[in-house]
Amino acid sequence: MAKTTITTSDVAKVGVLANLPITDEEKKLFADQFSATIDVVDQLNEIDTTGVIPTSQVNHLENVTRPDVVDKDRILTQQQALSGSKNVHKGFFVVKQILEKDSE
Amino acid sequence: MNKQIHELSVVELLHGLEDKLFSVTDIVHHYLDRIARYNPELNIYLHVNEKAIDQAKAIDAEIKKDGLTKPLQGIPFAVKDNFLTVGLPTTASSKVLEDYYPQYESTVTKRLLAAGAIILGKTNMDAWAHGSSTETSQFGPTLNPWDLGRLPGGSSGGSAAAVAAQLAPVAIGSETAGSIRQPAAWCGVTGFKGSYGRVSRYGVIAMASSTDSPGPIAQNITDAALVTSVIAGQDQYDGTSSPKEVEQYHKLLNRKDLKGMKIGLVKGYLLPTMRTEVKTLIQNAAKKLESLGATVEEISLMDPKYAIGVYTVIQRSEVSSNLARFDGIRYGHGRENFGEEAKRRIMLGTYTLSAGYYDAYYKKAMAVRTKIVEEFENAFKTYDAIIGAVSPGPALKLGATKNEPMFGEMEDILVEPSSIAGLTSAGVPCGFVDDLPIGLQITGNQFEETKIMNIAKVYQDATDFVKFPEKYQK
Amino acid sequence: MNNPTPIIGLEVHVELTTKSKMFCGCPADHFGKDPNTQTCPVCLGLPGALPVPNQQAIEDTIKIGLALNCEINEVSHFDRKNYFYPDLAKGYQISQYDQPFCHDGFVTLDSGKKIRIERVHLEEDTGKLQHTVLGGEKVSLIDFNRSGVPLVEIVSHPDISSSAEAKEYLKKIHQIVKEIKVTTADLEKGQMRLEPTVNVKITDEKGGHFTPLVELKNINSFNFATLAIDYEISRLTTEFEKTGLEKEGGNKTTRGYDSVKKLTFPQRQKEEANDYRYFPEPDIPPLRISKSVVEKIRADLPQLPDVIIADLISAGVKPADAKILSKDAAALTILKANPDLDTGKLASFIVNKKVDISSNINEQYSKLTQVGETDTAKLSNFVDEVLTANPKVVEEYKKGKVGVLGFLIGQVMKLSQGKADPKTVSSLLLEKLSGSQ
Repeated sequence: MAKTTITTSDVAKVGVLANLPITDEEKKLFADQFSATIDVVDQLNEIDTTGVIPTSQVNHLENVTRPDVVDKDRILTQQQALSGSKNVHKGFFVVKQILEKDSE
Repeated sequence: MNKQIHELSVVELLHGLEDKLFSVTDIVHHYLDRIARYNPELNIYLHVNEKAIDQAKAIDAEIKKDGLTKPLQGIPFAVKDNFLTVGLPTTASSKVLEDYYPQYESTVTKRLLAAGAIILGKTNMDAWAHGSSTETSQFGPTLNPWDLGRLPGGSSGGSAAAVAAQLAPVAIGSETAGSIRQPAAWCGVTGFKGSYGRVSRYGVIAMASSTDSPGPIAQNITDAALVTSVIAGQDQYDGTSSPKEVEQYHKLLNRKDLKGMKIGLVKGYLLPTMRTEVKTLIQNAAKKLESLGATVEEISLMDPKYAIGVYTVIQRSEVSSNLARFDGIRYGHGRENFGEEAKRRIMLGTYTLSAGYYDAYYKKAMAVRTKIVEEFENAFKTYDAIIGAVSPGPALKLGATKNEPMFGEMEDILVEPSSIAGLTSAGVPCGFVDDLPIGLQITGNQFEETKIMNIAKVYQDATDFVKFPEKYQK
Repeated sequence: MNNPTPIIGLEVHVELTTKSKMFCGCPADHFGKDPNTQTCPVCLGLPGALPVPNQQAIEDTIKIGLALNCEINEVSHFDRKNYFYPDLAKGYQISQYDQPFCHDGFVTLDSGKKIRIERVHLEEDTGKLQHTVLGGEKVSLIDFNRSGVPLVEIVSHPDISSSAEAKEYLKKIHQIVKEIKVTTADLEKGQMRLEPTVNVKITDEKGGHFTPLVELKNINSFNFATLAIDYEISRLTTEFEKTGLEKEGGNKTTRGYDSVKKLTFPQRQKEEANDYRYFPEPDIPPLRISKSVVEKIRADLPQLPDVIIADLISAGVKPADAKILSKDAAALTILKANPDLDTGKLASFIVNKKVDISSNINEQYSKLTQVGETDTAKLSNFVDEVLTANPKVVEEYKKGKVGVLGFLIGQVMKLSQGKADPKTVSSLLLEKLSGSQ
């Protein structure tokens, strides 16, 4: 079976999708490691799954919903909601602006 | 009392409290002293509960007034650091959450606290539960109390080591694929994984949403059964939790023998690479179960190597999505703080879900998963349980995970099939190799917890493998 | 270039007016609340939190699907749409990808043209971002009160051919969702959001060419939608004339509409590759919606405007009157309450404000439709009398002044004390006037 080759540029693209900073060394390392991992995964092709329905739920549950009522027990106060962050301002979370609108 | 407090099981502690042999405050003091003494070298607890004594005093007052009215009243617990606990940090052993104090309580710890338990502290784990060694923790590995040059297993390594080193009478862990059973095996203690959906995942930092199963790591199966009966049950906040009734498992461990039971010894789990000594222990266990009245036969299942592929894809894909919320905006630190293992898994998972690869990997893995599930369903028509080793061998040395990009998934080969299928399983000690413990898995169909616990109880009563490393017995 | 043909598809997001959010019990009514005061572990994306879907929101989605003539999938599930943005707490949005609740419906425009609806699905809203400057730095302030509010997405096929059709389609959707009471659909509050996707087909001697697709965002009024679409059609046509660039995978762009400058402008993509890596949401078991459940929901739906109009027309109401009255609940009640009266006539009286619907209808109706005496034998005498009494007027009529007929009719009505039927009188007069020498 042909070995999968994942390139450093593949890794770079995935890094962007995954919102992770990846160094050049890591790109090389991951490219090799992913190739090896995918080789293991590719073994699955030895199993015939024609006509087999994929399983995403193992415990056969269906229609688990909640009634449309307000749950006061779980609502966080503003202070609680913000308590995990050091970057807050007047009740808001603050983040550096990343998307700018251009005009023609 | 001949035994010291740390030599008592949960059931024995409850009796002791009832008989007023000691107080809850006594118990907690005792454990806090031991933690102060032994934790620095073992690195089991990341955080100790500073309020534990006060909480103990309050429970003593309760008991004085009304007697013992709650199922785990006064019992101290070690809790894996991926369970959200109000008042104690919850870090998942990662720098990303280094100083995160949760704003809400996990359902599991909420139920434990309502049952009168006390949290001694939060235990070390593989960061984000990514591993089978506790070596990926960003706060240093936990050491195996049986041999400080070795790993305790993972990802619930801290919790298993806590019970082995007797720094808690019982602990809580979670299993995605092996993370309860494997560290329990490497530390010579008893781990119990209920079926997927048996115990609520609400408030447990998600790893693989479709297999994560919280559960106890205990000194013996009776304690594990008691804890399971308290934490299990449907939760309105977890849509995947089962509405099936929860039994008082610890009260149903009444079998004297295994007559009438049919048990399958999984041929494929006796790996070609497995050491003979380990195989011998497993075969001994099979013989033991036979001598207790069960019919034990060899059974062939799909080669477990395929479960590695299925598990790697499903887990890493779900991981890549579940860790997306950690962006440092609402809590925690930025994503640059993820360790190498976490980055690796997030990246691989992102890759296997990405356009052009979804069908080849994720969808394919889900289809093979169906086959694994069906094969088990079929097997359990004939067999009450299947057995095999939990781990290919005893605890590995520190550093074993370096340069092994699939260490966790490879190590857990024997337990991944049952995790992928959402089955229930007990991991119990079954002997020693090189003076290191070996664990046996007793695995059953979904929601057959009582049956599996019974088999484990009969086995444990008839054997003498529940032991603790001498070094920490003082 | 000949006849640029606009091809327009519309994506409409509707905020459901449920009490609680889509996957948690936080209040869904977020407008004007202090920031981050209506969040919980689930909608704030805290570690370990899990989603459980709102039953009412699911029913509302099916209601919308039925009102838009859709098929309802018997089995449906939620999917994760993965991307990073500060207002997306979990780093993924729970939405629906390959098994939405509803699919393959349509809306009929007044012209009779059917605009096909590809799908109606359910998802959760994101938080809100506000851009500002703090300490000299450009920042975004995030409020998660809106995070997790249920959102229904209605996606049309690109069957719309003009901005006018687009506006009509949008107005119909707006009316329908309000009619079935799943939302107040206040555009200014962002409860209904419009996203046209536009491209143009240009035919030349080489054949048909399609310009690249453009998605228009941040449009919160029907008028702006029309203006933006028209601007874009023109801009795309001009662009094509310049560059000849045709539509191909990956060259769809996003533009915003500036209502002040009255133009569209490019918006930077949120991520280089819009690979959402959809996969089934493992935290939410699938939904199975039986046919009987669908029928019960259908039975509970209020009658929809188009259906009301069709019913009125078949009862004899003029189409123009029907359209007006379909929105008038009081008028519809009156029409229903008076089945013995001529519905068409009564409808017309109401529209032309000839009746006061708050007082006795029967009386007013009788007066208006009173048919006078039609017996020509009886009326002949009156007619003869009037003709005899007004020879000069008859002369004028014969000379061509036909307008005087009205006067003569009036005279006959006077003589008959108002009891004669004006139409009959008129035809009798005409007969006699043409008959005499």
